[in-house]
Amino acid sequence: MHDLYAFVRGPLAWAAFGVFIGGSLYRLLHLLMLVHRKEKFIYSYMSWKYSLRSILHWMTPFAAVNMRMNRVLTVVTFAFHLGLILTPVLLLSHVLLWEESWGLSWWTLPDGVADVMTVIVIAGCGYFLVRRLAQPEVRYVTSASDYVILAIAAAPFVTGFLAYHQWFAYEILFILHILSGEIMLAAIPFTRLSHMLFAPFTRAYMGSEFGGVRHARDW
Amino acid sequence: MTESASKDKSKQLDEGLERGMAALTEAKIEKAINRVLTGETGARLKAYVETCIHCGLCSEACHYFLSHDRDPRYSPVGKVKQTLWEMLKKRGRVSPEFIKQARLISSTQCNLCKRCAMYCPFGIDVAYLMLVVRRICHLLGVTPRYIQDTAHSHSVNMNQMWVKEDEWIDTLQWQEDEARGDLPNLRIPLEKEGAEIMYSVIGPEPKFQAQLIYQAAVIMNVAGLDWTMPATPGWDNSDMAMFTGDNELMGRLKRVHFETAMRLKVKKIVMGECGHAFRSVYDVGNRWLGWRMPPIPIVHAIDFYYDLLKTGRLKVAKKFEEPVTLHDPCNVVRGGGLADKARYVVNALCENFIEMHPNREHNICCCAGGGVINAGPPYKMVRIEGNRVKAEQLFAVKAKGATVLITPCHNCHSGLEDINHHYHIGFEIKFLGDILYEVIEKPAG
Repeated sequence: MHDLYAFVRGPLAWAAFGVFIGGSLYRLLHLLMLVHRKEKFIYSYMSWKYSLRSILHWMTPFAAVNMRMNRVLTVVTFAFHLGLILTPVLLLSHVLLWEESWGLSWWTLPDGVADVMTVIVIAGCGYFLVRRLAQPEVRYVTSASDYVILAIAAAPFVTGFLAYHQWFAYEILFILHILSGEIMLAAIPFTRLSHMLFAPFTRAYMGSEFGGVRHARDW
Repeated sequence: MTESASKDKSKQLDEGLERGMAALTEAKIEKAINRVLTGETGARLKAYVETCIHCGLCSEACHYFLSHDRDPRYSPVGKVKQTLWEMLKKRGRVSPEFIKQARLISSTQCNLCKRCAMYCPFGIDVAYLMLVVRRICHLLGVTPRYIQDTAHSHSVNMNQMWVKEDEWIDTLQWQEDEARGDLPNLRIPLEKEGAEIMYSVIGPEPKFQAQLIYQAAVIMNVAGLDWTMPATPGWDNSDMAMFTGDNELMGRLKRVHFETAMRLKVKKIVMGECGHAFRSVYDVGNRWLGWRMPPIPIVHAIDFYYDLLKTGRLKVAKKFEEPVTLHDPCNVVRGGGLADKARYVVNALCENFIEMHPNREHNICCCAGGGVINAGPPYKMVRIEGNRVKAEQLFAVKAKGATVLITPCHNCHSGLEDINHHYHIGFEIKFLGDILYEVIEKPAG
């Protein structure tokens, strides 16, 4: 068990971060090169002002008409994404690992708060799953990969939650937690979790087209 | 569920699709799809397909989806699934029947209105994706017959309606004659080099709505403007090629149009109340020719009327009394930001303006645009049944007292006429120009 722990904590962590960072850079560069090679005109329409206008509108809860039409989903989506990103970054035990390895540390969430946020993320995954199954227009466009990425996103939180509360086999869950976190990191650039990378660009482009050319709102 | 919903809807055979499909082989299809998906498209297609999280949130935007009781096959992403995703997944190895269905979905079940782009959290442009599908179908020669016929006319005559050069000139002179009943000294100046304005219209105006040219001539003359119309091909600003996927023809059309304005050395092109033509000259066609924005200023009728009223070049004698409502056309409001100016004009001309809801960028489409009405009679009921929500929206504003429906777009006009008639809504439908012509101060004739 110790060897396994050393492996996921050491080489595999390096690999996961390597794939995440390297893969993300590769995907973004590839996309920008494609723009450069085939759709250079896009640059000429991009506007910082309208890109940010659009991004900020879509980052503000209920700022878009569609968010107001789907109130529950809006609350769940914002809570889910905030929890998904902030919890792992601001978790005390994660920051301790950074400190142990690199001497870096930063402000952390109280454990109780992190625990609640974890539950919110897990519940959010459950909501998305039910929505996918129950809502016909969502189910119609659902493929196996949609369930897979949902599972990839849920796994680190489920295992982390169980490990923190030391339910079931703590050691195994702890290792599974690290492993599932690494799977998620590595999966971001190469699955549709990559919307994390691309969304600012698609949003910025549509924002620029609507603001600069169409003189209309895109929210 | 995999079968397209359009199959049971359009029982009338469309020769353009049937014959096009009969000439296809799997090899041809694969080649055309790959030409477009790997050759002609780039980062946008890739980013849109890979960013889409399959959340279905675009559905709420689509009038077809809402009108078909939320049938998922009609949601924007549902249409992408049935067309582009399949083509990508199978790397172009799809059947001729699939291509026909893809054509029906992209060309008769989507108006390219881009409302869904405002409902997608990522701003994915499904209209663009539908245009990619249309492009593939065009390369494969599978196009609804009626719209292909208009494209043929574009190709031969540089106008949409098989109007010959002499017929065009005749029509203008005839309207000049007629309009002299209003203003004895009225002119429709042809080929006046160095005029400030070139006035351009769509093919159907000389073909069967010549009174619109009459009205425009009266407005120009009353306002005392320095204007002209070309006597050569290039007068038509419309563009069905943009909707069939024939980008090369679209480029030819726009080039002739812009070059005609250049030849006449005018300062700007003022265009009649047409939405799709605005999209073609302001957004799509100019880009195909390499112009970031149009090479010569394009002024849509709404903007033009706004300016004339605001500066006092036209004065309102007596406001239009009947209560009016306004349908915002996608191409000039969501596509050109003219919502406020349209309201200024309506309020300047009419006593009583009642908003319909939703409105402005969020208005519900007419279901005629994007070339759908031009796909012809076989799809009339597809349009009408596919836009029940428009009827509901119109009934609601009628209940608030509106009796006249204004829409400054030809396609909206025709599409709304059909909806108005089929659902017995009882609106009188007008262009802004109809009312403007009626209410302005004219010199005593």
